[in-house]
Amino acid sequence: MNYRTVWRKSVNVVMFSLTGLCTLLTVCILFFILGYLVWHGGRAINWDFFTKLPKPVGETGGGMANAIVGSAKLLLLATLTGVPIGFMGGVYLAEFGGKTFSFVVRYTTDLLNGVPSIVMGIFAYTMVVLPMKHFSTLAGGLALGVMMIPIAVRSTEEFLRTVPQSLREGALALGASKWKAIATVVIPAAFRGILTGIVLDLARVAGETAPLLFTAFNNRFWSPGWNQPTASLPVMIFTYAIAPYEDWHRQAWAAGLVLLGLVLLTNITARVVLARKLSSAAG
Amino acid sequence: MGVTMGPLILTPAAGKDRSEKLRTTHPAGVAAKLQVVDLNFYYGKVQALQAINLDIAANRITALIGPSGCGKSTFLRSLNRMYEMVRHARAEGQILLDSQNALDMEVSQLRRRVGMVFQKSNPFPKSIFDNVAYGLRVNGWKGQGTLQEAVERSLVRAALWDEVKDKLHKSAYALSGGQQQRLCIARALAVDPEVLLLDEPCSALDPLATAKIEELLFDLKKQCTIVIVTHNMQQAARVADFTGFFLMGRLIEFNKTGIIFKTPAKKKTEDYITGRFG
Repeated sequence: MNYRTVWRKSVNVVMFSLTGLCTLLTVCILFFILGYLVWHGGRAINWDFFTKLPKPVGETGGGMANAIVGSAKLLLLATLTGVPIGFMGGVYLAEFGGKTFSFVVRYTTDLLNGVPSIVMGIFAYTMVVLPMKHFSTLAGGLALGVMMIPIAVRSTEEFLRTVPQSLREGALALGASKWKAIATVVIPAAFRGILTGIVLDLARVAGETAPLLFTAFNNRFWSPGWNQPTASLPVMIFTYAIAPYEDWHRQAWAAGLVLLGLVLLTNITARVVLARKLSSAAG
Repeated sequence: MGVTMGPLILTPAAGKDRSEKLRTTHPAGVAAKLQVVDLNFYYGKVQALQAINLDIAANRITALIGPSGCGKSTFLRSLNRMYEMVRHARAEGQILLDSQNALDMEVSQLRRRVGMVFQKSNPFPKSIFDNVAYGLRVNGWKGQGTLQEAVERSLVRAALWDEVKDKLHKSAYALSGGQQQRLCIARALAVDPEVLLLDEPCSALDPLATAKIEELLFDLKKQCTIVIVTHNMQQAARVADFTGFFLMGRLIEFNKTGIIFKTPAKKKTEDYITGRFG
């Protein structure tokens, strides 16, 4: 073997190891976080955590039932406001939009997606909290809803674009109007992808803390209705983690674990339900 | 215009008025289902079809042959205005469907009467039943019982019923390529079209599946008028009653299939058929 061959082979080995190592590192970080969360959070999780309100400072125990319900309400509101707008916008972009206009909308959407979440918070604060003169679930839900729009638009558009043109032609050739073809053939064909995109979108805003700090604020008690400040898991994690109490730290870990668990659960449920729906339709 | 009509001159559908420029009496006495008059077609500034004049006989199979890019598919797609999906595409002239200009008709109305089967089978990601029922449903079919019957009737007509009757609610994607194409034919037949357009329907199929579809076309022409675009000249010779040869956006020659293949009037047709170019 001459010098060049040895050099080439060693470069090959080095690069192979380096890229492999970095890949391994990526995977490791995720599992490290997961393991750490389970290790610390798992010890603090008990039945009380899901059913009880937070205890006053100084007392140990209690739970975060209000924050779990609060997060669920915020996400429900966010989904109800953000997803329809994003979905319909995505349908327009994929099926009706002209060239220039679509480009402008797509670019704007990407910019909106890049707006820091804290800025979304200030926006919701000025638009909802200031006129209403108090923090509320409504304000928090709307802030998260606006954050859901860009991803809902883009993922809907992307998945609709993967539907072959031949299916649209097939429907139109049978006398279906354009809208009918989209509603009865194109959207159902892309439905699985669109729903996955929306679940991922939901998972992303589920962990948002900054926009909630000055919209939904926080609450140590139940927050009935939509008009009062509410606790949420991310804000509770933030509040508890920076507090000087050992018990609160444990609860913050537990809240982190629950938040991650809920996101994973939603994701898996959506996929399982979809798989079943498809297999029953597809035999 | 460079179009040779030969002896093939068709009468329009019985009892219908027609303008003077339309040709009369066909030797075999066949009525014309579609009369194409001075059809020019443009993609933006590019002219894809030049002054096409052609009568399509009712209850007969008309084949369109020619090299790729000659305009035969564009011509087919102008018959049910599928070209409207393409930006800046436009057709000028007249396409008379029973003396009514298809270019002025309400488009979904037109497509209900003029069905289409595509080159690559395109079943919807739905069950076999829902595929066939689709056209009926979008056109406002009422009553479940009769819908079942209509689906069965269409599948029988497309010679697919025996193969799928026990799995109507399974996905259409579980079928073989040839079955999928016959499903698409059944789907098109369900709305009872008067004309069926086929755009190279067998190009992706093996010879057995192709034979089945050709056999099917023979049965179907009893009930509807068929126009088929094909690259396969044996296929045109086997199935078609009439054949048109397209070249560079012009209809070079149109006549009975036997005449086109045995004694073509134009040199270009002969060259193409004998494989000298194309």
